[in-house]
Amino acid sequence: MDPQVDTPGSSPGVAPEDAEAARAAALAARILASGALPTLSDGPDERVRHVSRFHRVMARPEATSIAGAVLVFVIFGFAAGGSGMFALDGVMNWSVVSAYLGIIAVGACLLMIAGEFDLSIGSMIGFAGMIAAIPPLYFGWPVWLAMLLSLGCALALGFVNGQLVVRTGLPSFIVTLAFLFVLRGLTLAFSIIVADRTIVSGIGDLAANDPVVRFLFCGTFGDGLFEWMARHHWIQTLDDGAPLVRGIPKVLGWWALIAAASSFRLNRTRFGNWIFAVGGDANAAKNVGVPVKRVKVSLFMFTALCGWLFAMLQICDIGSAAADRGLQKEFEAVIAAVIGGSLLTGGYGSVIGACFGALIFGVVQIGITYTNLNSDWFRVFLGLMLLLAVLFNNQVRRRLTQAR
Amino acid sequence: MAPSPASEYILELDNVSKIFGTVIALKDVTVRLRRGEVHCLLGDNGAGKSTLIKILAGVHRPTHGVYRVDGDPVELDSPRAALDRGIATVYQDLALVPLMSVCRNFFMGREPTRKLWGLVHVFDRAAATKIANAKLADMGIVVRDAEQTVGTMSGGERQCLAIARAIHFGARVLILDEPTAALGVKQSANVLRIIARAREKGISVIFITHNVHHAYPVGDTFTLLNRGRSLGSFHKSEISRDEVLNLMAGGQEMQKLMVELGVRL
Repeated sequence: MDPQVDTPGSSPGVAPEDAEAARAAALAARILASGALPTLSDGPDERVRHVSRFHRVMARPEATSIAGAVLVFVIFGFAAGGSGMFALDGVMNWSVVSAYLGIIAVGACLLMIAGEFDLSIGSMIGFAGMIAAIPPLYFGWPVWLAMLLSLGCALALGFVNGQLVVRTGLPSFIVTLAFLFVLRGLTLAFSIIVADRTIVSGIGDLAANDPVVRFLFCGTFGDGLFEWMARHHWIQTLDDGAPLVRGIPKVLGWWALIAAASSFRLNRTRFGNWIFAVGGDANAAKNVGVPVKRVKVSLFMFTALCGWLFAMLQICDIGSAAADRGLQKEFEAVIAAVIGGSLLTGGYGSVIGACFGALIFGVVQIGITYTNLNSDWFRVFLGLMLLLAVLFNNQVRRRLTQAR
Repeated sequence: MAPSPASEYILELDNVSKIFGTVIALKDVTVRLRRGEVHCLLGDNGAGKSTLIKILAGVHRPTHGVYRVDGDPVELDSPRAALDRGIATVYQDLALVPLMSVCRNFFMGREPTRKLWGLVHVFDRAAATKIANAKLADMGIVVRDAEQTVGTMSGGERQCLAIARAIHFGARVLILDEPTAALGVKQSANVLRIIARAREKGISVIFITHNVHHAYPVGDTFTLLNRGRSLGSFHKSEISRDEVLNLMAGGQEMQKLMVELGVRL
C-alpha cells in the first residue's frame, strides 16, 4: 500500500519551474504517504470492522432477554434451589404464569414492532371471558357458540381500535386507553344487568362437558406420557400411583403455537417485512406500496385474538369469569415485549424476545414466593428490569441508526 | 413493456394547472419528456416543483390539463397506478426505513417469495440479499454485511440505494426529487454519474433540482419554473448555464433588485 515516491527537488541548481513541480510532487507524496486519502482497491472494504461472533449474537434483539432469563434462573437457582421451585410441579407453576402472559405479549410485541400499542388488551380479557361465560350460564347456549361469539366481538373490537387509529392518525396510546375504560365499564355494566353479579361461576363444568371446548382449552395434554413416566417412577406420584402433575397445561401448548407461528410470520414472510416497515417508517412503507392500514388493523385484531385466547383458557382453568380479569395485563404485556428487546417507537423487536420477557416475569413472580422474600419485591425487581431493558434498547437503536 | 410508437414522448403534461383552494400552485405548465433523456426541472423554492412531481407521481390529479403517458391520456389516482406504468418517484425522504437491513429495504413492499416445504410462501431472503448486493455493487456501494441497517449508511449511499431500487423494479421513468440537495460534493458527483448511467440504460429521468451546477452537466433538456408558471423548455444546445441561472433567478426581478441595491449603495 505504501506508495514508492521519489523525492526530487532536493538537489541545488535546478531551474525554477522544476523546483515548482518538485514542490507539488513532494506535497502529493506527503499526502499519499500520510494515508489521509483513501486508496481505491478491489479488495474488501477497509472500513469493515471485524465483528466477533459474540457481538453478532448479542446484537440480536432477543439476546438481552435471553441473557436476563439465564440470570434470573441462576439467581433463583441459588435463592430457591431447594424449595421445590424447580421440581416438576414448581416448574408448571411458573411456566403457566409465563404462558398466559406470553400469549398476550406476543400480540403486544407484533403490534409494538408495527409502531402501535393496545392498552385495551387487559379489559379485553375480562370482556371476552364474560361474553363467553354468560350466555351458557344464563341463556343455555352451548359453550362453543358463546366462545365463537366472544371471538367475533373481540375481533370486531380489534378492528374498531385499528380503524380508529389508522383513520384519525391519533396515537394508539390514547385511542386504546379510551377502550381500556370503555370495555371495562361495559363488562361490569353488562354482567350486572344480565347476571346481577360481577363474577359468574360454573362455566368450568359446562366447558369440560363440551367436547370441542374441552379439547381446545381444558386441562392438560400429554397425560399418557406423564402416566407412563409415573409408572417408571421418573416423576413424583401421588399415593395411588397417579402422577402429581397430570400433564402439560394446554396454555403452554397455545403459547408455543402462537409464539412459533408469530415468529415465523415476522421473520420469514412478506407480511413480517411489512410489520417492520410499517413500524420503522409508515410513510416510507406507504410510498413503496405496503398496505400500511391493513397491516396495522390486522395486528390490532391479532392482539384482540390473543386477549380472547387468554380469556378462554383462563375461564376454563379457573371455572369462572369475572369482570375485573386481566387487570393491568396490558402493561405486563408491554413490559414483556420491551424486556424482549422491542423498541417502544416501533420497527424493531423479536417475538422470541417477548417470550423470554414473559418467562422472566413468570419466574420472578412465582419464584419469589419460594424464597423468604416478601412478594412485594417482585414489582421492584420488575420495574428495575424494565428500566434496564429500555436503556439497553435505546443503545441498540442508536447503534443501528447512526451512520458509521 | 414494449414502448408504444404512438408518441415520441414517454410523459407529457399538457397545459396543466393545479389549484389548491385559493392557491394556484401551477398554471398552464407544459412539460414533455422524451424517451431516454434527462429532463431537468429547475426552479427556486415555491416555483411549483413539488406540485408538479406529485402530479407526475400520481399523488395529485391536475385541476386542468392533460397528463399523457406514451401519448395516451391517463388519470392516475394513486402512486401505485403510476408505479404500475413504470413511473417511479424517488422522494427526498427516499422511502427507506433506517432500522431495516439493506435487503429488507430494497424489497420492501415487493418481497420475492419462495415455497417452503411446498407449503407456505416465505420471503426469499437469500435471493433478495444477493440481488440487492449486486445492484448496489453496480453503483459502487459495498454492503458491509447482510444485516447492515440502512441507518448506518451515508446520505449518498441511501440515495443510490433508492435509485437502484426504483430501476430494479422496472422503472421506465425515474423522477428524482432533489437527489443531491443534502449531499456533499463527492456524493453528488456519484449520484449524477448514476443518473447518466440510468440514461444509458434507456431510462428517462426527470431530475428536479435548484442547483444549475448539478443539472447542467447531466441534463438534455431544461424546464424552468417560476412562481407556478413555466418559463419554457430548452434543449441544452439552445441555452447556456448562465442563461439558465438567470432565468431561474427570475431574470428581470434579479436585475431590478440589483439596480435597487446599487442605488442604495
